[in-house]
Amino acid sequence: METLYLLIPVSVVLVFLIGIAFWWSLRGGQFDDLEGPAYRVLMDDDTPQQKPSPTSVVPAEPTEAAGVLGGEAEPDKKSH
Amino acid sequence: MPEMQATYNYTVIRQFSVMAVVWGIVGMLVGVVIAAQLVWPELNFSPYFTFGRLRPLHTNAVIFAFGGSALFATSYYVVQRTCHARLFAGPLAAFTFWGWQLVIVLAAITLPMGMTQGKEYAELEWPIDILIAIVWIAYAVVFFGTIAKRTVSHIYVANWFYGAFIIAVALLHIFNSAAVPVTLFKSYSAYAGVQDAMVQWWYGHNAVGFFLTAGFLGMMYYFVPKQAGRPVYSYRLSVVHFWALIFTYMWAGPHHLHYTALPEWTQSIGMVFSLILLAPSWGGMINGVMTLSGAWHKLRDDPILKFLITSLSFYGMSTFEGPMMAIKTVNALSHYTDWTVGHVHSGALGWVAMVSIGSLYYMLPRLFGKPEMYSVKLITVHFWVATIGVVLYIASMWIAGVMQGLMWRAVNPDGTLTYSFVEAVKGSYPFWAIRFLGGVLFLSGMLIMAYNMVRTIRGGQRVDAPVLLPAAQHA
Repeated sequence: METLYLLIPVSVVLVFLIGIAFWWSLRGGQFDDLEGPAYRVLMDDDTPQQKPSPTSVVPAEPTEAAGVLGGEAEPDKKSH
Repeated sequence: MPEMQATYNYTVIRQFSVMAVVWGIVGMLVGVVIAAQLVWPELNFSPYFTFGRLRPLHTNAVIFAFGGSALFATSYYVVQRTCHARLFAGPLAAFTFWGWQLVIVLAAITLPMGMTQGKEYAELEWPIDILIAIVWIAYAVVFFGTIAKRTVSHIYVANWFYGAFIIAVALLHIFNSAAVPVTLFKSYSAYAGVQDAMVQWWYGHNAVGFFLTAGFLGMMYYFVPKQAGRPVYSYRLSVVHFWALIFTYMWAGPHHLHYTALPEWTQSIGMVFSLILLAPSWGGMINGVMTLSGAWHKLRDDPILKFLITSLSFYGMSTFEGPMMAIKTVNALSHYTDWTVGHVHSGALGWVAMVSIGSLYYMLPRLFGKPEMYSVKLITVHFWVATIGVVLYIASMWIAGVMQGLMWRAVNPDGTLTYSFVEAVKGSYPFWAIRFLGGVLFLSGMLIMAYNMVRTIRGGQRVDAPVLLPAAQHA
């Protein structure tokens, strides 16, 4: 099973790289706010702009999300 | 919202989205053909259209052509929208599209001609392997380049999944495809015997884990919340889900080699890691489904949401079934039977195809400047046809698989085998016919989708949405 001399080091190196990525993202503040990003994705309006279309399916949600975001967005401003 | 002059690069997304539907039809059609060949062996027109040559064409077409195109399309969409930045290196993104299509066409030519490396899901010969590696590195440059030029500080969790998928697939592909070329069309693996098998299934299972799971989880974490209009159930859990999944996935591969020449302890490690994987998988599944918590009524009349949530149910089912089948005693019954085939398709049709279909239905109108698809009713029809197809497929394969396993191991009191192999084949015919029917239904659903897509495109116009400044910057 000499191939394990290849596969085990590759996996160990990989785990180290993943660990570094995790450490970097943790120190970089990626996980400081674990609520806001979920709402910020909904804030991004990706419906086609040309004709103001009566999508009507989800009219209430954006405002609801905006309300929550108002509070959540504050800590994030520091990073800008 | 304040607008910048720049627009998102939707062109490459449009190309990949349309081709995902086209390759979906082609790949599933080949699947239906080989399912028919098992029921009616006369359909094996030799040598180019025999089961042995068409089967790798089917797997390559559905995984890499259909699934791959869907992953390219959605990842380019998600990374641009969540990073609030135009795709990095536009010409390189165009190259990933044309390069990937070339790979698919070359596969469609060489596989029926019998050119193969003989490694499951890695059959393509070495010149195509090199092309895949080049396209994949270009993909990584485009994707991570876009992340680098993002205008928001946070990297949304879907991008982490897509990023892990891109890096892992590059690594797996390069190590497993290491081969010594003999001629332009023939090469031999750099590894031999059981070493080769170990590397192959290290690749094979992680291809399932990173190509068919991590990438599609990225899709799930963006399109389920967007379509439901609700934030993901727990963003904290999604982050835990990601790190738990990628730290534990790499060593599940040996469960494909239970009771072989592989050392016993390696098999046991594979089994244990497979069982551990149940936890992050179900964490993610629950996180996706619970996103609808408090808004279950939306499921009643939104067929796109039906696709997405049903895909998560199948994901939960197959990630429970998988670890169970990795247990050695269960594997002794299930291995080499149609149960495995059923398990794969519960993941491939139920999870991968359905989450892709839902995401494509979400994107298509937005890419072509329409408020919604040409016909929402046809999406509903597609959903039911596809769901019935998957259920027929899985149920018939479960029954056939368990029956085969039991017949193969049945022993008379005097120690002789109760059944000959061909008796198990004969017993499987009715179930293979039902499986064929399930496949035909799923394929019909894709044809309905293609019609709906063409009608949507015809009435629409290509749009490149403006890059919007992130909400947080003017909050």
